[in-house]
Amino acid sequence: MNNLFQDANRQQISGRRRNDLIWRILFLGATLFGIVALSALIITIVTDGIARLNPDLFTNYPSRRASASGMKSAIVGSLYMLCLMAPISFVLGVGAAIYLEEYAPKNRFTRLIQLNISTLAGVPSIVYGILGLAIFVRTFGLERSLLSGALTMTLLVLPIIIVASQEAIRAVPRARRDASFALGATKWQTVSRSVLPSAISAIMTGVILALSRAIGETAPLIIIGAATYVAFLPESLFDTFTVMPIQIYNWIARPQEAFQDLAASGIIVLMIMLVIMNVAAIMLRNKYQKNI
Amino acid sequence: MSTTTEAPQVKETTKTVDFKTIIDIKDMDLYYGTYHALKKVNLTIPEKAVTAFIGPSGCGKSTLLRTLNRMNDMIPNTRIEGLVDIAGTDIYSNEVDVETLRKKVGMVFQQANPFPKSIYDNVAYGPRLHGIKNKAQLDEIVEQSLKQAALWNEVKDFLKRSAFSLSGGQQQRLCIARALAVNPEILLMDEATSALDPISTLKIEELTQELKNKYTIVMVTHNMHQAARISDQTVFFLNGEVVEFDQTDKLFSNPSDKRTEDYITGRFG
Repeated sequence: MNNLFQDANRQQISGRRRNDLIWRILFLGATLFGIVALSALIITIVTDGIARLNPDLFTNYPSRRASASGMKSAIVGSLYMLCLMAPISFVLGVGAAIYLEEYAPKNRFTRLIQLNISTLAGVPSIVYGILGLAIFVRTFGLERSLLSGALTMTLLVLPIIIVASQEAIRAVPRARRDASFALGATKWQTVSRSVLPSAISAIMTGVILALSRAIGETAPLIIIGAATYVAFLPESLFDTFTVMPIQIYNWIARPQEAFQDLAASGIIVLMIMLVIMNVAAIMLRNKYQKNI
Repeated sequence: MSTTTEAPQVKETTKTVDFKTIIDIKDMDLYYGTYHALKKVNLTIPEKAVTAFIGPSGCGKSTLLRTLNRMNDMIPNTRIEGLVDIAGTDIYSNEVDVETLRKKVGMVFQQANPFPKSIYDNVAYGPRLHGIKNKAQLDEIVEQSLKQAALWNEVKDFLKRSAFSLSGGQQQRLCIARALAVNPEILLMDEATSALDPISTLKIEELTQELKNKYTIVMVTHNMHQAARISDQTVFFLNGEVVEFDQTDKLFSNPSDKRTEDYITGRFG
């Protein structure tokens, strides 16, 4: 047995091992960088904002006195916006994805559309604000309304939803479509009964993540003229509105320390909302996967 | 199989002679773009019998199978010339709806491909497509189809369970049940046992012997022994051509073409 291990070059091996260790530390460092930065962010925000995280924040309208200020109109505005945006962007985005994946002929025109959608997914959000201003606010005359905001945000998330839905639809095995067609199904029967049930969890995950991005957006809404000070709840689609990130932006721009703390508690609320949406996305995915 | 009495054997032979033709293919060419995949195919397939397509990979046997329920329609740039006649109708003519054709000509694939649904919903998928909504009627169809596919006794207590909880062989029989549920005349099997273990394969081979009393079965197999075991007629393909077709025992014992003989004796392929 001794002979078997005699000729090992132990020096060379320990060199290789040291190298291995260095890489391990470098990768760990890369991971920790993000974690540390995120923890620092959370800790500062929570220490600044925890004091103002009380029911008043949810029930009061903004005020010029920090002590009386709340973000009721912003929270409600964000929720209204979400409720408007979600169905519109879901129907349009998934519809477009189904067309492109299942119905569209595979020609140069389709590829051109595809390329454009992928590019649009990466366009800065402020550009969508300008587009929304030109189309919805000016051309359609919707003014600085909740509806304008929701439609602009729909434009912003559509490319993301289309791309995510296309990937989900493409991931459904061809055999599952063949099985359906071979039983005499039409295209729509195959899509609705075989493809979508298999793809829906991945689609929903994509939709929720896209919507959670929109919930945190400020720039396009400022461009289309969402108000920064709204002391009432929108009662129709055509009322002016504000959303959480705009309210936070407004507070943080004030010189008084009290407003800065208020902004921190606003950020906590916003982050909790985003976490809830992400958890919902994960739960939805797991639920559907279990059903399979 | 049994040779103890003379009488049934005689009956068997008369029956073989009596086979009616259900599929009649005349001078059929198929092109994928510029590739000439099937060349001047002339072939008749008898009713209520098992016909096996054999030949080396890429010889066109699956392609021909897929022309019989027009699954090739979905491949872009496919062009078909000549006649494919099923029960007196040219299936590529305008009077045939592809949905009806596929209802009459069912298909089972190489890989068992159940839907991610319950066993019940898998079998009921086809009838529901064609408009059957009545629960009692669906129950009846599901039970009958599963019985015909020799799966009922194994799954009757778990119909609500996911089809993926079944073994590979059971899944493939589920796919057969699913195809039978729309009441087809013809059942196409595209190497339906090639992904299965020998015992599951045997079960499906036995099943085909049952099913041919009621259905016409056309199967592609890469296994010559399987063709010899269970088919009544065998068709030998080579490079997109039908080299020879005949009653199975005759084709294997006394092939008329040299290429057939070379293939079945294992000289190539």
